[in-house]
Amino acid sequence: MAAALTLNQSTIGKKAIMAVTGIVLYGFVIVHMIGNLKIFEGPKGFNEYSHFLRVVGEPALPAGTILWVIRIVLLVSVVLHVRAAIQLTLLDNAGRPIAYKKVQRKQASFASLTLRWGGMAIFFFVIFHLLHFTVGSALPGYIEGEPYHNVVSAFSNQIWAAPVYLLAVAALGTHLYHGVWSAMQTLGLNTRRTEKLFRGLAVASGIGLFAGFATVPIVVLLGILQ
Amino acid sequence: MKITVNVWRQKGAQASGRLVKYQVDHVSPDMSFLEMLDILNQQLIAKNEEPVAFDHDCREGICGSCGVMINGLAHGGRLATTTCQLHMRSFKDGDVITVEPWRAKAFPVLKDLIVDRGAFDRIIQSGGYISAATGSAPEANSTPIPKENADLAFDAAQCIGCGACVAACPNASAMLFTAAKVSHLGLLPQGQPERKSRVFNMVATMDAAGFGGCTNIGECSAACPKEIGLHFIGRLNRDLLSATLSGGTTAD
Ligand code: SF4
Ligand code: FES
Repeated sequence: MAAALTLNQSTIGKKAIMAVTGIVLYGFVIVHMIGNLKIFEGPKGFNEYSHFLRVVGEPALPAGTILWVIRIVLLVSVVLHVRAAIQLTLLDNAGRPIAYKKVQRKQASFASLTLRWGGMAIFFFVIFHLLHFTVGSALPGYIEGEPYHNVVSAFSNQIWAAPVYLLAVAALGTHLYHGVWSAMQTLGLNTRRTEKLFRGLAVASGIGLFAGFATVPIVVLLGILQ
Repeated sequence: MKITVNVWRQKGAQASGRLVKYQVDHVSPDMSFLEMLDILNQQLIAKNEEPVAFDHDCREGICGSCGVMINGLAHGGRLATTTCQLHMRSFKDGDVITVEPWRAKAFPVLKDLIVDRGAFDRIIQSGGYISAATGSAPEANSTPIPKENADLAFDAAQCIGCGACVAACPNASAMLFTAAKVSHLGLLPQGQPERKSRVFNMVATMDAAGFGGCTNIGECSAACPKEIGLHFIGRLNRDLLSATLSGGTTAD
């Protein structure tokens, strides 16, 4: 019986799957945020960067190979991450069928208690975000291959866009504020000696990614980028 | 002091329960929380009512049987304190105190404030021991143990199995208890031969008992009267994952 206890069968194993896929997605959002800041290089630099992402690896590899490998890795990560989240949430809720009449918390942070809500918000936001800037169907006047124009027109013409993006990246920052440390703990990489390091990394990640992602909508809204 | 308590009353495992309000007069600040409940029970017995059932044994913070939820905090929420070691001076005259049993699927209520913590026993039975020929005690220094490991193992071994970690966890997870029990043997040379099978079996039993999973919130450790650190959960994760990745059920 013991040998058959594979990762997916234990709660700890499910969380390990969640942590590894979370780290993949964490790596992606860091690169994404740095890429976003290339908008300060102006239309030419930003559009070229975006084009580069689509053709990187060519002609050594067939067209779109790297782009699609990355997209598939991300998609698989999201599916496994969400699947584990749903399974674990159901198990956790079943763990206490009768609630306390009175509850106080001593240690829990806002970020740790809202991890699941934040995760759901991020999930729906990502779908919208892809329709907004990758597919373009949620953005009137979307021009394929002109991301600079698309970003500026979205945030200056769609009045609701900036608040939605700011809320979404706040949810992302909060998610990582707990999630990054939690992933290290779940994978057993955290020890008493690394505790401060990983807590610090998680806080810095949450705040840094929020600030980095929030910059673009804010500067467009202020009319600094046109 | 005059205290008002809202106590969970439930006739038996199948019965439904509710909070009942009682007034307790003549409470001394030097009484323990359990002594305050004793006074309440004296009053109830004098009135020919059923006394409140609660678990207790040592009344000195070492047996782990007395845990209850006090105002929504396991053992009342004082640092490193069990319910029996909590004194009424932590409360004010006129306070209203809500007292509930531990709530977890794996800890069904038997009566009033008493829950069945048998799930913890089953976790221990599935690996919380060392299979060794017993005999006369060996010479203590014949098995050298690094000081740091000995200290850590001792920290983990302090767990009294009270269940406050489960009670305080938003997910009713038993990870802190299991982590303490897996670690205290896993840190010692005598625990090595069964290290892999121990962690596999204890985690499997923990999951099967219906506890929730850990979301690394930390309420367990904050509620633990023995201050078992969250780092033991990291160690449990490390043990389980490395045992899974290396395959096999016994240490090599
Ligand atoms: S880990 Fe702490 S709270 Fe949990 S059972 Fe052991 S002593 Fe009680
Ligand atoms: S009665 Fe033994 S720990 Fe409280």
